[in-house]
Amino acid sequence: MSENDNNQKEVLFSPKNKKLLTNPLGKDNPINVQVLGICSVLAITVQLRTSIVMAISVVAVMGLANVIISLLRKTIPPRIRIIVQLTVIASLVILVDQVLKAFVYDVSRQLSVFVGLIITNCIIMGRLEAFALQNKPWPSFLDGIGNAAGYAWVLLAVGFFRELLGSGTLMGYNVIPGFMYEMGYEDNGFMILPPMALITVGIIIWVHRYKDRDLIDIS
Amino acid sequence: MTNRYIFLYASAMVVIVALVLSGAATLLRPMQERNMRMEKMQNILAAIDIPASRDEAEALFNQYITVTKIVDHQGEELEGDAFEVELQDENRKPVEERQLPVFIADVDGETFYVVPVRGNGLWGPIWGYVGLESDVKTIAGANFDHSSETPGLGAEISGESFEEQFKGKKIFDEDGDFRPVRVVKGGAPDDDPHAVDGISGGTITSNGVTDMLRNGLEVYKSYFEKIKSS
Repeated sequence: MSENDNNQKEVLFSPKNKKLLTNPLGKDNPINVQVLGICSVLAITVQLRTSIVMAISVVAVMGLANVIISLLRKTIPPRIRIIVQLTVIASLVILVDQVLKAFVYDVSRQLSVFVGLIITNCIIMGRLEAFALQNKPWPSFLDGIGNAAGYAWVLLAVGFFRELLGSGTLMGYNVIPGFMYEMGYEDNGFMILPPMALITVGIIIWVHRYKDRDLIDIS
Repeated sequence: MTNRYIFLYASAMVVIVALVLSGAATLLRPMQERNMRMEKMQNILAAIDIPASRDEAEALFNQYITVTKIVDHQGEELEGDAFEVELQDENRKPVEERQLPVFIADVDGETFYVVPVRGNGLWGPIWGYVGLESDVKTIAGANFDHSSETPGLGAEISGESFEEQFKGKKIFDEDGDFRPVRVVKGGAPDDDPHAVDGISGGTITSNGVTDMLRNGLEVYKSYFEKIKSS
């Protein structure tokens, strides 16, 4: 990840840039592979709706934070770079929180403290420190969106299964037909509790590694 | 990079961030306040068992809540808009100076009284609305909320199963003495009209609800007695 300032005419979606976007979805997934940002995955995936809002919020914060830090990268004094990064993330998160409160109040009440916790989401600071500080805005933007999307799909997958199996609903709508309940099917209340989120993430990691053998550590 | 540069950089950053954030807060405030008003209306309606979505709240509120007024601790009416009274501020004043809002509803000819209550849970404030039937003795419904109680434990006070228990409970005993509803750890006796079951693992929040109901309703005692005798 070196600077390529000389290479001015790089196309927007060069293979290298595409990789920035797609790698975090699979091989470099922040949750499945790097196991970062787990806390929010456990906390807000009881329903699909909160998962979606959280996912969108993280995509917005991460894309913007990466661009801002990348634009400032030559001016930021190395000694206070972590403080600058935190300030940028915290301001963006406060903005997101204010916007949620104004436009989707119910969701903002459900997410309550977790929006604030985006600030401590290690994926964001990790990407700022590891990528945005050394790269130009456009690749940084792609890297931010890519990593946030990698976080988002796992969040949505976990939210999908937990709401479906835990409450028998999706987005609040009943999807398990009535006759299933008459035949003795019951919602699994355990799915609503945080431990099952961890187990669901574990299963997703398991399937991911089964599909992508390169990830298996053979040492 | 010199210390001077670092210092200036940090200062400039703080100023810019402050400007951006305060700008956004000012711009979005009207919409946020509207949401909070709607939520308050929803909660008041919930205390007399009228479910309202966020969008219907205002229309239903205007339809059912026919009179709003402010009273003092002796039950005398005061001037002002009851909806705008913030209980948080009132509770800091001495009892004699408090403005106490009352929302009077007319549901199909039956009168209900809704009063707000506010107290402390384990981690932060808890608040709610208590709806009383026309005898101002029987609870028609209760709606509670909290800012930061523990999810799954104290936070259950805003759950339906907890709130449902209050229906039909009494805040005055047979002799007409004020006796608010207590939240009892380990379960309330079935035939006690002044107690409901506490929340396992949420004892401090449950006690907070008990205190909130006692303190919150006691100040209305004279007002309720006035209604009863009239």
